[in-house]
This record gives sequence, structure tokens and C-alpha cells, in this order.
Amino acid sequence: MTSPLRPKRSKVLTGVMVLYLLYTIVPLVWLLLSATKTQDDLLSTPGLWFGKSFAFFANIKDTLTYDNGIFLRWLGNTLLYVVVGAGGATLLATAAGYGLAKYKFAGRRAVFAVLLGAVAVPGTALAVPTFLMFSNLGLTNTVWAIIIPSLVSPFGLYLMWVYSADAVPPELLEAARIDGAGEVRTFFTVALRLLSPGIVTTLLFAMVSTWNNYFLPLIMLSKPNLYPLTVGLTQWSNQATGVGARPIYNLVITGSLLTIVPLVIAFLLLQRFWQSGLSAGSVK
Amino acid sequence: MKSHLRGLRQLVVAGAALTALAVVAACGGGSSNNSASGGTTTGSADAVDAALKAGGELTYWSWTPSAQAQVDAFMKQYPNVKVNLVNAGTGNDQYTKLQNVIKAGSGAPDVAQVEYQALPQFALPGSLVDLNQYGFSQYESSYTASTWASVHAGSGLYGLPQDSGPMALFYNKEVFAKYGIAVPKTWDEYVAAAKKLHAANPKAYISNDSGDAGFTTSMIWQAGGTPFKTDGKNVTINLQDDGSKKWTATWNQLVTGGLVSSIPGWTDEWYKALGDGTIATLPTGAWMPGVMESSVKAGAGKWAVAPMPTYDGQPATAENGGSTESVLKQSKNPALAAAFVRWLNHDEGVKTFLASGGFPATTADLKDPAFVGKGSAYFGGQKINEVLTGAADSVVKGWTYLPYELYANSIYGDTVGKSYQSKSDLNTGLKSWQDALVSYGNQQGFQVNG
Repeated sequence: MTSPLRPKRSKVLTGVMVLYLLYTIVPLVWLLLSATKTQDDLLSTPGLWFGKSFAFFANIKDTLTYDNGIFLRWLGNTLLYVVVGAGGATLLATAAGYGLAKYKFAGRRAVFAVLLGAVAVPGTALAVPTFLMFSNLGLTNTVWAIIIPSLVSPFGLYLMWVYSADAVPPELLEAARIDGAGEVRTFFTVALRLLSPGIVTTLLFAMVSTWNNYFLPLIMLSKPNLYPLTVGLTQWSNQATGVGARPIYNLVITGSLLTIVPLVIAFLLLQRFWQSGLSAGSVK
Repeated sequence: MKSHLRGLRQLVVAGAALTALAVVAACGGGSSNNSASGGTTTGSADAVDAALKAGGELTYWSWTPSAQAQVDAFMKQYPNVKVNLVNAGTGNDQYTKLQNVIKAGSGAPDVAQVEYQALPQFALPGSLVDLNQYGFSQYESSYTASTWASVHAGSGLYGLPQDSGPMALFYNKEVFAKYGIAVPKTWDEYVAAAKKLHAANPKAYISNDSGDAGFTTSMIWQAGGTPFKTDGKNVTINLQDDGSKKWTATWNQLVTGGLVSSIPGWTDEWYKALGDGTIATLPTGAWMPGVMESSVKAGAGKWAVAPMPTYDGQPATAENGGSTESVLKQSKNPALAAAFVRWLNHDEGVKTFLASGGFPATTADLKDPAFVGKGSAYFGGQKINEVLTGAADSVVKGWTYLPYELYANSIYGDTVGKSYQSKSDLNTGLKSWQDALVSYGNQQGFQVNG
């Protein structure tokens, strides 16, 4: 007899999952293997096996030192944009989402409509108008040109709104008020704890989107020493094109590998919270 | 991924102009007024020398690998001028930014690298300084006729030629010898060679072409076509003229017959194919040897250069690629910026550029026996510059690019690219390209006949 915890295996499903596994793993394997090759080996040996040489550490060293170590500068920029931008976006989305879910006030429905509209507009479409606005403010070519737009996360706000509506029982807030806690104190001591799975989810989304943001920095910034990794690596990759081309594919690949490492670490560290968030409330 | 990004960029090139216009118009000018007044200062040849003496600070956008060495040499010669070199992106990335800062009215560099094909798009709306006012027209005799024509838009002079790319046929002589193929002198022989090669080795192709706007326009240029004609606001587009049809008649055989590889240019796969014999020839610009020497090491000793095949056996070629440096109207010191442009492309700067593997546009260097007679180790000792400088003399005259060539190139893949994908008649693709360009041009306020 099959118990609910040990379900019968389906060959079809297993096959599909194996294919899916390959689909997700193969590019990663290719990236790892390619990062061990020199530029010449990259162009002359098969993609899914080692080359004649093992240049992994030399590549890492070259990536970190090429052009006076600009890669480290880009990494630092990306971290700054993610910590301040995505961190700030999470904080704002949490506070606003909580407020909208837990307080009744005029214009709530209007905010909801605007919010749904904002989720539907892709950031790419807003980039050029944002550029012109920031240019008038004299903020282009500064870190603020990236951080300020990153602070706005309509999707995060929506997520926190929906999450707060369910995760914070009104009785608990009433109890806190009766005990004499002010609204701010209630938010920080009672609500935040209950919201933490939602916050982590929002943080992960905001982090990934800021980390991968390409288009906004591309048009906002023209000084290479302000670039995030995405734009910087594309510049390295474009170096292989046209008159006077100087391809450095080995550094682009090693750089790409190094770029995903912090994201992987963030996911591993935050995974616990995220998982508990996904299953929260499923069993009562 | 790459093509995805390119798609985004194309969106911007197309969208930036429209959105920007709308928003700037709504803002009622503001800071954008400065840009107009900055450029109307009239100068003279003396003003340039005086500005150089007085010194100052310039911002220079360029992606050429020679830029840093050139800037260093310039500042050494003129210590009172400070040049801030910024690599604001390659090609379209830089143009996107340039268009944005021009619309925004501030943030533009003093001097920017602009490819010949992109020049009209910036020059005609009045974003660049006309260097005629500094008497730069006196330098005409220093440059090849084709590059001198390329730095003009209408009667305005918007830069001095930096490099040139007269086309030649680069071929893998090892592959040619292996399959007993003679170097083609005409396009008919080239097609025959393509068939012979691919039949002998199904993995090898005579060349690669997955649809590249710059290559197409160069090939139509070589065939004597003049599909784009501009006279101020009036534009004529005819991608079915004799030259265009001459090219498609030849190239259709290669595309529909599956005789050209679909490996996109400038990818790692392409560099690999150049080294291992998968791609046997490249009809491309004279700047290619520098790229091959530094990036296709596996091909050393195997490659050689011959004149471009032609339709009737008489020498004829076209330009492919190449850039100039232009002074932006937003520049606060246009005379000094002009002096820098003159130094880059007329004086010492040219030597620095040549030293890093560039191909000159200056007649003196093209005639210099030391340059012409230099043997190239990569090309097995061949005196390749004899062929390449010869090509510079036989560029077909009369070519002009569209005043919105960047937009045109960005939609090339959606129109002509379809013919490449389905391996069908390129004329169909050229027609739909033309239709799209005519309607876009009319929307932009041009009077377009097509």
C-alpha cells in the first residue's frame, strides 16, 4: 500500500524532472568548465569538457586585475546598489504594505489601482523618461540615479500588502494597543516579526532585480567606474566587436561566474526564511 | 543573451528619440537651451591654435583601444590641456547615451567617437559642430576621397577621418590549397568556389553571413548601388536599384543555397571558425588584420589577402566600418575640442593610432613605402598593405548613408533578417526594409520617397 508520504514513482515525471535538471545544470557546468580555460582554449576546445590548460586561478586573477581592477569596483558598486536600493525598497514596501493592509483610510482603493497599474509597466519602458527627469535634476552619472529608482518596488509593495493582510492578526494589534504600545512601536516589535518570511521574499526579489538591472544603469551612467557588474561585463563582451576588436571572453566568462556567487550565497543564507514563508499558514 | 540585449538596445535607439522629444517638449526647454547657444559661436583657424595655447579641460568618449595611448600622448605634448577619456560603451550603447544627453540638453562630452554610418544621424539634426568654421576644409588633400566624403553631411564637415576600411578578400589559403580552389577574381568565381568547397567538406563554408546591415550596405556600395539619397529634409530610398539587385543576384545564390555559414560575427564561435577553417574567406574592411593577429592566433600563417572579387573583373570596392571624432554642440570649449580632433587625426595622433594596428585614412601614410612594403608575419610574410592600400584607391564613389542609419540597422534583422532565416530571396527582405524605412522617415518629419 502506498502511504501519502511515499507516493508511487512516475517514470514520466521523473524523466521530465531529469530533463529539467539537465536544462538548468548544463549551462552552469559550461560556465564552470569555461572559466578554467584560456582565451585560446575557449576557441579551440569542446565546450563541455576541460581544455588543454587549467587556467581557473589565472583567470580569476586576471579578471580581478584587468584594467586596474575595475571588476572589483563594479562588484562594489553592485553591492552598494543592492544593499541600499533593494534594502531600502524592502523597508519601504514593508511599511507601506503593512499600512495599507491594516489601516482604513480614504483613497486606499485608488492606491490599489495605481499599484496594479505600476506592476504592469515594465521598468525598461520607464528608463528613458526617468533619465530625462534625472538629467534635469542633475543626478545622472551619480549613484543616486540607480539607487532612487531601485527604491520603488510596486511588486514588493503588493506582496507585502497581501502578506500583511493575512500574517498579522487584527486581534494582536488590538492587544498591543490596549497594552499601550504606539503604532510605530507595534510595527517594529510585533508586526515585523510576523512579517519576516514575507520580508525575506520581498528582499530576495528586490535583490535579484537590482543585481540583474541592466537597462537603467546602461542609460543613466556613462562613467565606467560607476557601472554595476551587468553593464561592465557587457562592455567587456562588446570589446570583441568591430574595428580594433580585443576579445577577452575568458574574463567575461570568469567574471560572470564570480557575479553569480554572491547571489547563490544570498539564496542559501535566506533559503530557510523563504521556505518557511512559502509554507506559512498552510497547516493550522 | 547577446541578441536579447541588442533587442533592448534597438528599442532604445528607436524609442529614445520619440520619448525624449515628447518629454523635453513638455518640460518647455529648460536647460536644453544652452546646447543651442553653445554651438553657434563662430570660430576660425586662429581660434583653434589660441584655444590650444590657452588650455582647458575636455571630455572625450571613445571605445577605440588606441584612445588611452592617444590621450596620454596629447597631454604630454600639451600639458595645459586635460582630457578625460570615458569609454561610454561600444557602438550603439554609446549612441544611445549620446542621443539621451543631447535630448536632455546636458551631460554630453566635448568630443565623441562616431562611426561614419552614424554620423548623419547626429550631424543633420544639428547636434555636432561644423568644423568648416575652423577652416578644416583645407585638410581635404590629406585624406582618401571616400573617407573625406564620409565625414560630410550635406555641406557640413563634422569630423576628420580616423581610420578607413576599404574592403578586401581575406582568405584561408591552406583551405583553398587543400580543396584545389583558386582565389576568385569575380563574384561568379566566388560562388563557384563556395559550391566546390561546401561539396568537398560539408562543414566548411566560403564565409559567414547571418544578416548584417553594415555588410549589406557595403556590398550594395561595391556593386555601385546608391539606395539612400539625402538632400536636407528630402530622402530617397531605393533598395531595388541596379546595384542592390546586382548584389542580391550574387548573394541570393549563397544564401538560398545554404553556402554561407549562419555563425554570427564577433562571437566566440566566429573567432573559433576563423581559426579552424570552418569559414574560408571574409570580405571585410582593411582593419581586419589587426583583429586577426590579436584574436585569431590559430590562423597565423594560414591566411592571405586578395583584392575584393568584382562583378566585371575591374577593381572596385567599398568602405566597411571606420570612425571619426566629432565635436558636440554642447561643448563649452568647441575650439579646443576641434584642436583635439585635429591632433587625433591629422598630427601625432595618427601615428599612435597606426602603432596599435589601425588602418589609416591619411594619404601620406597610405603612400608611405615603409607602410606599404611592410611584410606581415601573421599573413606568412605577405605585403598585405600593397593589397589594402590599393583597395583604398578603388572605393566606388557616390555613397551616402541614411540620416537615420542607426535606426535602419536596428530593424534590419526584422526585415532582411527574415530572408536569411528562411533562406529565401533577399530582395523580398530588402523591400520590406525599404517600406519600414520610408514610413519611419515620414513619421520623423522627412519627406521620403521610396
